[in-house]
Amino acid sequence: MDALTQLLHGFGDAVTPLNLLFALIGTLLGTAVGVLPGIGPAMTVALLLPITYVLEPTGAFIMFAGIYYGGMYGGSTTSILLNTPGESSSIMTAIEGNLMAKAGRGAAALGTAAIGSFVAGTIATLLLALVAPVVVTLAVAIGPADYFALALLAFVAVSTVLGASPVRGLASLCIGLFLGLVGTDLLTGQQRFTLGVPQLADGIDVVVVAVALFAVGEALHVASRLRHGPVQVMSSSGKFMTREDLRRSWKPWLRGTAFGFPFGALPAGGAEIPTFLSYATERRLTKHPEDFGRGAIEGVAGPEAANNAAAAGVLVPLLTLGLPTSATAAILLAAFQGYGIQPGPTLLTTESSLVWTLIASLFIGNTMLLVLNLPLVGLWVKLLKIPRPYLYAGILMFASLGSYAVNADPLDLVILLVLGLLGFAMRRFGWPVAPAVIGLILGPVAETNLRRALAISDGDLTTLVSSPFSVVVLLVAVAAVVGPPLLRRARRGQAVAA
Amino acid sequence: MSAVVVGYVPSDEGRAALRAGAAEARLRGGRLVVVNTTRGDALVDDRFLAGDALDDLRAELATLDVEAELRQPQTWDDVAEDLDAVADEVGADLIVIGLRRRSAVGKLILGSAASRILLTAHHAVLAVKA
Repeated sequence: MDALTQLLHGFGDAVTPLNLLFALIGTLLGTAVGVLPGIGPAMTVALLLPITYVLEPTGAFIMFAGIYYGGMYGGSTTSILLNTPGESSSIMTAIEGNLMAKAGRGAAALGTAAIGSFVAGTIATLLLALVAPVVVTLAVAIGPADYFALALLAFVAVSTVLGASPVRGLASLCIGLFLGLVGTDLLTGQQRFTLGVPQLADGIDVVVVAVALFAVGEALHVASRLRHGPVQVMSSSGKFMTREDLRRSWKPWLRGTAFGFPFGALPAGGAEIPTFLSYATERRLTKHPEDFGRGAIEGVAGPEAANNAAAAGVLVPLLTLGLPTSATAAILLAAFQGYGIQPGPTLLTTESSLVWTLIASLFIGNTMLLVLNLPLVGLWVKLLKIPRPYLYAGILMFASLGSYAVNADPLDLVILLVLGLLGFAMRRFGWPVAPAVIGLILGPVAETNLRRALAISDGDLTTLVSSPFSVVVLLVAVAAVVGPPLLRRARRGQAVAA
Repeated sequence: MSAVVVGYVPSDEGRAALRAGAAEARLRGGRLVVVNTTRGDALVDDRFLAGDALDDLRAELATLDVEAELRQPQTWDDVAEDLDAVADEVGADLIVIGLRRRSAVGKLILGSAASRILLTAHHAVLAVKA
């Protein structure tokens, strides 16, 4: 009950005209970037990180929360109408959603996606509000060694579970970890990888790296393959959801939520896996198997609910442990650090009003998205008509402006360009960007905890496996690396035997 | 056999150009080549015909009393060059395009395919107004 009272207080703080305006800006911006393929919430929040220097934390986080949720909504619109998923978590929606739109049922598909997202978002945010305080009470007991184990699990999970190739994921993670090492060592004052450049002594700013990898890398990637034909937009016309559609949708919504939230909340994170699971489940459970492959509403409702529930779930480890499990969560963590706030078990007590206002604003943003999005579908589709050169020129300008604003140092622009080329190369060769960003932001935190643990134990390495908690977490991490290749080999062995 | 090339976009200007082009082709006893193209730099471009709109145009061309064909060059490059290339290929006497009214500000920010065609084409150009 305590959590609910706190949440009501949060609503009290969130419902001021200014904060509502921030929520509105955030949701509109989030939907816009969600609609545009290649530009996601992580890139947008990274581009907007410099505004944290002038805005007070509550306003900034309300806006970021809006962008985060809005991005999930926007992705579904493009999936359904264009069959071009804006976000990787919308891939499953695109399958049945686009078929529905082709069959002239675009409005119903958009409807079930929007309402499903709203239902899942609301339930999952409520779960977040209820689960977070419980996790915090468990989390205060964990020591530096346990935290290091958790960070290791997050690293491994993000690098190997997401994306096609674990090796590429781990390599990308190492790039991030390395970039996080640049600067002055906090414990000894030693300069690391600064190449004697004085400006690097403070380390490379997270804003510069994130903007370079996401924005500059993506802009160069788009520029390298600028011209290909336009895609066809399905009409969003047709009948809105009928009673029959609603009857077929509500169970997938709830099941999707049930898949999404736990997967988001686990440090194995990500919204992709629950959407795959939800799609597979709906396909198996449906009473209309003949519709799958021809536009089944269940195949839209389930995955859409799952990805929004996962988005809320990701906030559980972020707010309670300071553990980001997605690229956007990592950037949010950087925003917290920018304000001098270290998310962790103490966050809920030290920054209680900020956290509860943030959670309350998630409810508000979610409602805004439902009200705004369906009438504005036409506007979002118009956004896709912007010629790419204009769009990406604008993004590059914001990227440079933001990176320069951090320290007013021209060297940052050079770093931006160099890392931007790196980001381009990563996209070109299929290296995922998210592990690099998570490595960069979580790396220093993990290092601090590791060194603290070793300092306490006087350099004894066994301290890392001294508590049952860290042993279990480390074993799971090892399983995440070793498991998939072993399974693949076993399956191949079977195939050969058969 | 002579030919008339029409630059077509689904708008009043495009339809005016199509009408004028069809009339010219009839006069000259030549065939009509309708070109619909785009720079392809936006994700969505409804001036590049697809689906129902494409079928409608084909049906409309079939009802004309002159021999007509539709081409959609997929070079995703300069629209003016696309038209000129088709005109070269079919040995066209004439390129027909539609002109739209542009404000002073519009002229400043928007590049005009029409003015590029007028200035750079190696063929005679007939510009009609909607």
